[in-house]
Amino acid sequence: MSKVIKIKKGKDISLVGAADKSTAPKTLSSSFAIKPTDFKNLVPKMVVKAGEEVKAGDVLFQDKANPAIKFTSPVSGEVAEVVRGERRAIQEVRILADSEIKYKSFSTPSTMTAESIKEILLESGLWAFVVQRPFGTIADPSATPKAIHVSCFDSAPLAVDYNYSLSADGDAFAKGLEALNALTEGKVHLNINAKSENAAMFAQAKGVEINSFSGSHPAGLVGVQIHHLDPINKGDVVWTLNPQQVVFIGRLLTSGTVDLTQKVAVAGSDVKSPQYVETIVGVNVEAITVDNISNDNSRFISGNVLTGSNIGSTGYVGFFDHLLSIIPEGNEYEFMGWLFPSYPRPTISNSLPISKFLKKSFVANTNPHGEERAFVMTGEYEKVLPMDVMPVQLLKSILAQDLEAMEKLGIYEVIEEDLALCEFVCTSKIEVQQILSGGLDLMAEEG
Amino acid sequence: MKFLRNTLDKIKPNFEKDGKLHFLHSTFDALETFMFVPNHTTKGGAHIRDGIDLKRTMFTVIIALVPALLFGMWNVGELHFTAQNIDSSIIDNLIYGAMKVVPIIVVSYLVGLGIEFAFCQVNGHPVNEGFLVSGMLIPLIVPADIPLWMVAVATAFAVIIGKEVFGGTGMNILNPALTARVFLYIAYPVEMAGDIWVSGIKDGLVDASSGATYLGDLGVGKAVTVDTYNAFMGFMPGSIGETSTLMCLIGAAILIVSGIGSWRIMLATVIGALGMGLILNAIGGNPYYDLPAYQHLIIGGFAFGAVFMATDPVSAAHTQRGKWIYGILIGVLTVLIRVFNPAYPEGIMFAILFMNVMAPLVDNYVVKANIKRRLNRVKA
Repeated sequence: MSKVIKIKKGKDISLVGAADKSTAPKTLSSSFAIKPTDFKNLVPKMVVKAGEEVKAGDVLFQDKANPAIKFTSPVSGEVAEVVRGERRAIQEVRILADSEIKYKSFSTPSTMTAESIKEILLESGLWAFVVQRPFGTIADPSATPKAIHVSCFDSAPLAVDYNYSLSADGDAFAKGLEALNALTEGKVHLNINAKSENAAMFAQAKGVEINSFSGSHPAGLVGVQIHHLDPINKGDVVWTLNPQQVVFIGRLLTSGTVDLTQKVAVAGSDVKSPQYVETIVGVNVEAITVDNISNDNSRFISGNVLTGSNIGSTGYVGFFDHLLSIIPEGNEYEFMGWLFPSYPRPTISNSLPISKFLKKSFVANTNPHGEERAFVMTGEYEKVLPMDVMPVQLLKSILAQDLEAMEKLGIYEVIEEDLALCEFVCTSKIEVQQILSGGLDLMAEEG
Repeated sequence: MKFLRNTLDKIKPNFEKDGKLHFLHSTFDALETFMFVPNHTTKGGAHIRDGIDLKRTMFTVIIALVPALLFGMWNVGELHFTAQNIDSSIIDNLIYGAMKVVPIIVVSYLVGLGIEFAFCQVNGHPVNEGFLVSGMLIPLIVPADIPLWMVAVATAFAVIIGKEVFGGTGMNILNPALTARVFLYIAYPVEMAGDIWVSGIKDGLVDASSGATYLGDLGVGKAVTVDTYNAFMGFMPGSIGETSTLMCLIGAAILIVSGIGSWRIMLATVIGALGMGLILNAIGGNPYYDLPAYQHLIIGGFAFGAVFMATDPVSAAHTQRGKWIYGILIGVLTVLIRVFNPAYPEGIMFAILFMNVMAPLVDNYVVKANIKRRLNRVKA
């Protein structure tokens, strides 16, 4: 193994209810959905109508700006409903699944060239998994990325352990990596965790550059890894995927079908027996949490507690997610809670010594533990951002809508998840990710 | 608790949008959130948040100030009785001191919070907790015999001109408490100089010989032998809370251990002052030049300024590297002002205010260096 890159800043937040390394028998959910809102800046154009029958791999909608980018059904069945929100924006395309999934068959390319891979990924809808930096949008198929990065470990709270969840998918993963290699003339970086054992499929992967990282969260974030390996400068394009998505690509290239079966970790302190559930992308939450929730006042988060989205107890797991975090809501008053916290809570502050030093694992809720205030404390964000980026100054340049300053201060290097810990630690409870998101949108539009 | 909550819930509608008492909504909000952390939840982004908030942060600073406050009260009494050759117990000293100090604290909070609440009300902002600390700092940096109306005027000046005109908490350029102090120093020079440092002696109770401070004596060219032990412990005249280096060190320990105060700034300020002091020692020539460098740290308001004033996160440098530069320059300037401008003994006050103004410039260069590193990457 090559040298280990040490990430010195950051904070692991340990929450009660990590998924046990066991998988519940496959539950047959009947309802699935693909949500255009999972994709940054996407304006969808419907291809199917409610009531039509689709196979797994049939197109549901397209990107209006680039119709080559298609979004396909993860299951076969009937398009049940197109849910629209404000100004008729499409929120969800729901599919009532057949009990036996029928797959559309794609012809796999005989030789792996960038063009042939792009074509089959675009046709099959798997292209939507490829995320582009800067800005974290769906990759532009006409761009040439200088590298492709895959982070093989997730350091976020309650995260999925890919060593376990992908243990049966070694061949598909290897095949997927081959495809990624064909997509870029640069390197494919496979970033592994130096602190733990890595499955052979990661540690001995062929044809890629393996980098190992040690340290606390956000060491597992691909943005942080890119910053340390090969930072993004103006004009650079880098693509990122997670290992689960590499497996999907591998399966497509092996069998010619869109098989989005994955293990979803159902975790959090409100889950009776937190464990993995074998299901398919876009599954309805009810189907995978039935009889397993111990609280009637929970928040259901697709993704992790720092960056995920609140989908409610009847929503659908997001397109990119394979973690469902279920934690208690914090909608209760706490008498003098700022002075005498009535229960331990995760913190990086030594001013809460019991929580900081005596407690290992937390039942965290969604109370922000304070009101939003003017920005006062300095030096906090810097403690949890292991990048040579000045977060406060960057956020201020965004608030001032100063595009030039945003660019100089490194907005191309970060997306929302990279600054999620800054938002977590903020004494003034400032919505860091929301501000950054506004800046990224502005930059993508004007830059 | 339940009863309190129910009562608050009952009267809350009066303060909401169409309520009769809507004009007091900020006040109600401040009191309600003081007693109860609200039942809000996160909307998106990070669904869980750190347990720390601004109330706890500010409260930690108040705790850190308590040793200096208590010692200050005792010292006011001790100096008062000693000047009159009266034997007094710790309790006597504390009672006398409290009689002098508590009214100043009350006036500072009433005036400051009153103005702050009014501004928040008018602007529709929630009340920020910043003044909780400023309101305690102001009494600790004035002499015990200061007329209360002066405290009121200085506090009003500090809050309005020092803070609110810039946009309130988080936006101010100058440290509000020091703004109050410098206002007093410049607007009422007669009352703020001379033999004012021992409470109760001005009224002609005794012919006091011990009213002057070391800095005062040095300022008029007198050779001074600093009693290191007394100066460190704080058994000397001075502003209420600033005399004891030991108490400031306890405060510093609380701030550093809790992570609320920047150890970088404190350490840098000490390094700056020591370094400059040593250089002047090497040159030598007059009593001020020859004052041993370490003694600069224990006389006057140096320790108090370095621990509680320079570290105000809003008016200090915001970048980590900037904090080092900012602190070192405060230390250097403090000694320079003391030695070269003996007319202004309180060097630390001017040094911090000057560096408050310069901090954005320091930060600007630190940010530029970061930008340069990013640009150099492309060339490499």
